[in-house]
Amino acid sequence: MDWKRFSFIGVIIAVLFGTVVLVGYKAEPPILIIGSMLATTIAVATPLSLGALSGVFCERSGVVNIGIEGMMLAAAFFGWLGSIYMNTIFGFPALPSLLIGVLVAILTGGLFALLHAWLSITFKVDQIIGGTVINILAVGITGFLNRQLFFDKNSIFQGNVPHAPGVLPIIVFPVKNFIEWICGLTGESEACYITANAFGKVFEQKPIAIFAIIFVFVTHYILFNTRWGLRMRAVGEHPKAADTVGINVIRTRYINVVIGGFFAGLAGAYFTLESVPSFEPLMTNGRGFISLAAVIFGNWTPIGAWAASLVFGASQALQINLQFFRELIPAEWAFFQNSYAVGQIPYILTMIILTGIIGKTTSPAANGQPYDK
Amino acid sequence: MADSNKIVLEARGITKKFPGVLANDNVDFDLREGEVHALLGENGAGKSTLMNILYGLYKPDGGEILVNGQPISMHSPKDAITHGIGMVHQHFMLIPVFTVAENIMLGSETDHRTKPSESPLSILDREEVSRLVSKLSDKYGFKIDPHSLVGDLPVGVQQRVEIVKALYRKASILILDEPTAVLTPQEADDLFQIIRELKKQGVSIIFITHKLREVLAIADRITVMRAGKVVGSAIPSESDEHLLATMMVGREVILTVDKQPATPKETILSVRDLNVSDQRGLHAVRNLSFEVKAGEILGIAGVQGNGQTELAEALSGLLRIDGGNIELDGKNLTNATPRQLTNNGLANIPEDRQKHGLVLSYTIADNTILCDYYQAPFNKNGVLQQGEIDRYSRRLISEFDVRTPSPYVSAGKLSGGNQQKVIVARELSRNVKLVIASQPTRGLDVGSIEYIHNQIVQMRDRGVAVLLISAELDEILALSDRISVMYRGEIVTTVDAKSISKEKLGLWMAGIHPDN
Repeated sequence: MDWKRFSFIGVIIAVLFGTVVLVGYKAEPPILIIGSMLATTIAVATPLSLGALSGVFCERSGVVNIGIEGMMLAAAFFGWLGSIYMNTIFGFPALPSLLIGVLVAILTGGLFALLHAWLSITFKVDQIIGGTVINILAVGITGFLNRQLFFDKNSIFQGNVPHAPGVLPIIVFPVKNFIEWICGLTGESEACYITANAFGKVFEQKPIAIFAIIFVFVTHYILFNTRWGLRMRAVGEHPKAADTVGINVIRTRYINVVIGGFFAGLAGAYFTLESVPSFEPLMTNGRGFISLAAVIFGNWTPIGAWAASLVFGASQALQINLQFFRELIPAEWAFFQNSYAVGQIPYILTMIILTGIIGKTTSPAANGQPYDK
Repeated sequence: MADSNKIVLEARGITKKFPGVLANDNVDFDLREGEVHALLGENGAGKSTLMNILYGLYKPDGGEILVNGQPISMHSPKDAITHGIGMVHQHFMLIPVFTVAENIMLGSETDHRTKPSESPLSILDREEVSRLVSKLSDKYGFKIDPHSLVGDLPVGVQQRVEIVKALYRKASILILDEPTAVLTPQEADDLFQIIRELKKQGVSIIFITHKLREVLAIADRITVMRAGKVVGSAIPSESDEHLLATMMVGREVILTVDKQPATPKETILSVRDLNVSDQRGLHAVRNLSFEVKAGEILGIAGVQGNGQTELAEALSGLLRIDGGNIELDGKNLTNATPRQLTNNGLANIPEDRQKHGLVLSYTIADNTILCDYYQAPFNKNGVLQQGEIDRYSRRLISEFDVRTPSPYVSAGKLSGGNQQKVIVARELSRNVKLVIASQPTRGLDVGSIEYIHNQIVQMRDRGVAVLLISAELDEILALSDRISVMYRGEIVTTVDAKSISKEKLGLWMAGIHPDN
């Protein structure tokens, strides 16, 4: 990632934040709006950055994965189902049920990834077709089971959507208290307490969101500084060269695709176990594809892809936060009145970014090519 | 050569089948300590297959491999590396976006003797490897910077990186697969120097090639393969090029081209003040003027990269001309499309046969009609006439001796020599007035070279004008009637081929005026 890309990302995020501030500054202090935008951005970027990590693991090792969307959707469903099952059938308390749900989601992602690996590595099926199969399969399975289990009178839930065990709890880093403590030492100004409030929000996140950020940096380090990363990149760039120095290309690809699946599964868990306590058909809504765009824009690096995910997160945060100030939107900004129109911003940004206006990135040289000796 | 007669590597009765081909048929081969053993053979003779088996990339269907007299089991290159075997592949096994150090450490990131059980998440010690690489490259005078990206390095240096890569793995046996194919003559001389140095250090080397002169210059022993079998062996001091060529091809080969003096007639191609820019917009061809007459071969000599590629592409309509004009058979065809040129009698044998000469994924049959597919008899009302195409391609395959099981094999599956024959067949079978042949025999074996040279001379004798562009001095001297030397985009001299020596031509090519 070059400075040009990071500054582009910075400018877009600044514009998105600025728009909300311009609309809402009459009702709330700008610093509070920015804090709220930042908190929402980080939260809603979670499935995108995890999806992007999934893409990085697959594509850096040479397997194109457009099935991330489907892996997320299936994981969202099965993770949710797992948590409900634990909670209502086995009578586990809410938190352990949710954690088991997360585990089920991760394994579901891994299982779907294993299918993708099997198709594209062993059977050398066209990887775009393999990914499409995953996407269609996920839509079909989740839609079917959702109907059968929750709306069929003969199912274990007797046709009722059971009460879900809720969502994962917020983890509070005591940043707010810390700033308030400083406020107390420095004269108790109101601005100081508002600042404490604003930044406090940013550091009140749920576990998957926190995990995602940590793993962006961990993956980046692994990719560029460890033996694992060097070999993974080697099989994605020039598998034959890797083979001639004794690296098992097939095995390396399998493992990395499945690890990618785990990340897509965790991204799926975000939807039903961290964001809202319910499942809806097609609820991933293209996030898997947007995370692939983030991978491309981020030049196949974890930190770059994460930064790109934040742009998409910010445009979603714009939509969410504008709703608080709907009546303050000036009449001439008709576009922002319509939340459906605003909801299109992430997708429009995706298209703009993929046209390569900010310069082209280079994919791993052997990305999408099955390995033949 | 070391005095030792100790055999460090031996292959016994190696057999390897591929679908439809017996690539290695009961092959025996051995390598003595500290010698250079050349493995000579035409393309497709099975040399690379044998080496890939010795390196653990292919599993043989029969036979055994012995290192230092002990039979070993070879499952992957890892086993070969463990037994001290290193290989420099013809197409380098280097990752362009990695640094030299990263490429060298890949797969052997740490020294397994000091740290046997390293976790996959162990942190790369780039500095330690860089130090080792510098030490090794200094020992042989390689001047390799371990921190530079491999993709930025010239081909010759990349090859040294490959050699260091093998030495880093403590290889005592080095397999060099067609190492000179990608090198300039100067770089090849440097490589020979390196090989002699490696020998002094006790490294045993297998040198694979189809170039006779190299074998005689560098080898201690020679083994010749043909059609998957070992057909003979020789010692350079008791052998010569003619003998080796006969052994390699399996029949008498005429290494010199037999041709009568030219009888030039009317001017076919006339180029005036041609100026062409290359892809980066640099001025590649400057104010070039020349003529080619019917019934003569004009050879364009020059070191690669002096504008020959751009000249050929401009003449065949692939590159726009900045200035000047081109007349073909009296018609002004400046900036004409490739099809207009083809229809006016141009035959083009391009420099990059895989990129510009063939559609590799198409069958041979389809490749033979690439210039005429839209015309009768191959096309009627927009429908390809498969029967006609079948007959035509079968005729060409037999006339031009393309070795293929059927016309419906994709062109990418053929060997380089047969691919070139398909192009030559397509281009020369049409009604042509001018042939442009760029590097027509690059990378081909003796048999194919002989064949293509004869075809070019035959075209001339039929009254066709031939423009031959080649970086091979021998080829230029053997075929041309007149020779023009290109240097920095200009023709610096044009001479009668009979009146110039190789040495003088070499000086012209280096930009030196030999008479000053």
